[in-house]
Amino acid sequence: MYRYDEFDARLVRERAEQFRTQVMRRLNGELSEDEFKPLRLQNGLYLQLHSYMLRIAVPYGTLSAIQMRKLGSISRRFSKGYGHFTTRTNLQLHWVRLIDVPDILHELAEVEMHCMQTSGNNVRNVTADPFAGAAADEIEDPRILCEIIRQWSTLHPEFSFLPRKFKICVIASEHDRAALLSHDIAIQAIRNAGGEAGYRVCVGGGLGRTPYLALEVGSFVPKPHILAFIEAILRVYNEAGRRDNLWKARVKILVHQLGIDEIRRRVEVEFAELKQSGMLELPPAEIERIAEYFAPPAFDELSGDSPEFESAKRQSRPFAAWAKTNVHDHKTPGYALATISLKPIGLTPGDCSSEQMEGLADIMESFRFAEIRVTHEQNMVFPHVRQKDLFHLWQRLDALGLATANHGLVTDIIACPGLDYCDLANARSIPIAQEIARRFADPGLQADLGELKIKISGCINACGHHHLGHIGILGVDRKGVENYQILLGGSGAEDATLAEILGPGFDNEGIIGAVENVIETFRQKRAPGERFLDTYRRIGAAPFKERLYAH
Amino acid sequence: MLTDSGSKQRVFRKGHIGADDFLFVADDAPLADRPVIVTVTRFLAEKDRLLSRPAPLGVRLEPAESPELLRSDLPKLKLIELHVGYFKDGRAFSWARILRTRLRFTGEIRVTGHFLLDQIAFFLRVGVDSFTLPGNWSETEVEKATGLISNVYQPSADHRPTILDLRRRATVTATAAE
Amino acid sequence: MKVITANKLTFGEVVYWAQSRGWQDSLQQAQVLNDADAEDALKLAAGSVQRCEVVAPYAFPVRVEHGRIIPVSAREQIRARGPSVRPDVGKQAA
Repeated sequence: MYRYDEFDARLVRERAEQFRTQVMRRLNGELSEDEFKPLRLQNGLYLQLHSYMLRIAVPYGTLSAIQMRKLGSISRRFSKGYGHFTTRTNLQLHWVRLIDVPDILHELAEVEMHCMQTSGNNVRNVTADPFAGAAADEIEDPRILCEIIRQWSTLHPEFSFLPRKFKICVIASEHDRAALLSHDIAIQAIRNAGGEAGYRVCVGGGLGRTPYLALEVGSFVPKPHILAFIEAILRVYNEAGRRDNLWKARVKILVHQLGIDEIRRRVEVEFAELKQSGMLELPPAEIERIAEYFAPPAFDELSGDSPEFESAKRQSRPFAAWAKTNVHDHKTPGYALATISLKPIGLTPGDCSSEQMEGLADIMESFRFAEIRVTHEQNMVFPHVRQKDLFHLWQRLDALGLATANHGLVTDIIACPGLDYCDLANARSIPIAQEIARRFADPGLQADLGELKIKISGCINACGHHHLGHIGILGVDRKGVENYQILLGGSGAEDATLAEILGPGFDNEGIIGAVENVIETFRQKRAPGERFLDTYRRIGAAPFKERLYAH
Repeated sequence: MLTDSGSKQRVFRKGHIGADDFLFVADDAPLADRPVIVTVTRFLAEKDRLLSRPAPLGVRLEPAESPELLRSDLPKLKLIELHVGYFKDGRAFSWARILRTRLRFTGEIRVTGHFLLDQIAFFLRVGVDSFTLPGNWSETEVEKATGLISNVYQPSADHRPTILDLRRRATVTATAAE
Repeated sequence: MKVITANKLTFGEVVYWAQSRGWQDSLQQAQVLNDADAEDALKLAAGSVQRCEVVAPYAFPVRVEHGRIIPVSAREQIRARGPSVRPDVGKQAA
């Protein structure tokens, strides 16, 4: 993974020091809260329901053992012993003190981490495929471009006060494991007919009050010009994006207001100018320098089927169950990817305790894992595990409470922090997730239901990605009382669709029953081998509506 | 701190605060015999008269007004003033950059209105020369705020060496030393 | 009936306005006010903001039952106690 050079390191140290001076000016009254708020937001510091919340950037979801250990230490000493991994693969600490944040930023800088642009109207954390470097159909490691974009967008003088936040995602395979098309800019590495490497670029995706999937604005952007193309899009957006209405300020609104053809025309004009200037064409030497950091580790020469792995599965039922759901094929024979579930039944989805973080760092050191990945579904991944090590890995994860065998299943729920933590929320999401998980906890039942992605948001801002859920749940406020709407048929994979509202909402007990009824309807109507999403797409909403609302 | 430049015009330029050399004149007010700034509306309506005056002329752009409106007239203008209505409106950063890199404006670009001390560094990078400051910002404060981050990642209108340039120099030096 | 609340500037924790006793940690220590008095209290709270003690004060509706102050909205109930899903953290754990 990328390692800072002296320039990267100096920048994050200076940024931490800059924030220290800004905090001092706030505490001595030089800065009012109105003046301080944009400054703290640009360092990911929110004032939430109970306390300040700090959002730490995890660039393209990748962490080293040292970084994981530091996050465990910081969450223990400066928060209340846990953190929450978000759908943008960042880490939130919900209980920090303003006066401690400068020290936290300095400690993060020591391990090449920061909180820059995890909030504010700027370019946010660039996310990637969590299977980067391990997926068989990958054109290149998407994180190389992510790191290039991260540097280019950091403290960009022209794009730090955009109409609204701006989210970019990069994948490099046909399989979308990162909810690509829900981003403001969606980039997919491809090869053209001539075998040349380049990028397909889409613009205008976003969830929230008016959800949209991104539309193609560049069918093939040659590699050397990708930064110029991205800057061209940002220029068009900064100039023309709406600034009069918070809910209409994302680039998705501009795209649908002007139409994708007009957007493409404007982007081409800016792109031509930038290409001509050459100022954003990265020299091959620099691309190579960054790419080297993402070179895969030296893999052992192994055969495809590990006898240790097969034997362990025969001897341990729980291990076999976990292997079935949480272990995934790797491009290298004898290796696998392993999903670490942060969705134990009945606990908070995406939460990770300080002990667990430190335990993961221990595991990484024991097994010599250079990296761990955070996914947008609030789980984690070890990308390069030898099959013969899987059993011992599972035992270590199990001891930490991180071996729930539910990846992609009904209890693998995405939930935003919701009204339990968040100042913006209308309803609680976590207890809904917990109760659904409890009702469907039985492993046999989960296996029978198969892939079923439930995503829960506590408000219209959609941080829980409910628009992309096979079953989505949106919490609203109905005259001061929590109310929940069901949406069906969303997908954040390469078959991306936006879920549709089924009908009137339910209270916090009724929603659990409604979800049960939806799932029961699926079980009754499904054809052999169908996932929930397949059944819904085949039979439509009517049978579900009837079940829920007929009487 | 936020500024709303009132009548006490103090202009920060190249590290120093000095008096305002220009006077902003409203659309219906008479033109004084001195350097003035007028709105785009007035400029376009009275262009010939304004340009025939010997005194230097400036034009103020509101956030929604692109400098493209003045494209052909820029060589005759001494000053473009970018009025920021509210600090969150980041269009002025693009207008300044366009003035420098696309329209090749060589006159003075000034920022006035509501902006943060902490935005000045960004404005300088996109080609802004001067700022109208409120009474309570000092030269030291501004210098300090603009100097906190030593290096920059991305190229901009200021043509300042980027971290990429510094990396290349470091490699060249290392190679030369071998 | 209303109560005034804010967050402490330095630490961020939730506090409640108790008139002459200043800001208190517990909702049960808060001063319950009628609408007119709440307006006046917000003005006093603004002074506390100026002195860099708290941020973002506002009033919210409560009712009083058997001597206990109960917020009308779910949001303020949670804010007074802590996350409903972690009884071991927040004011409820104190």
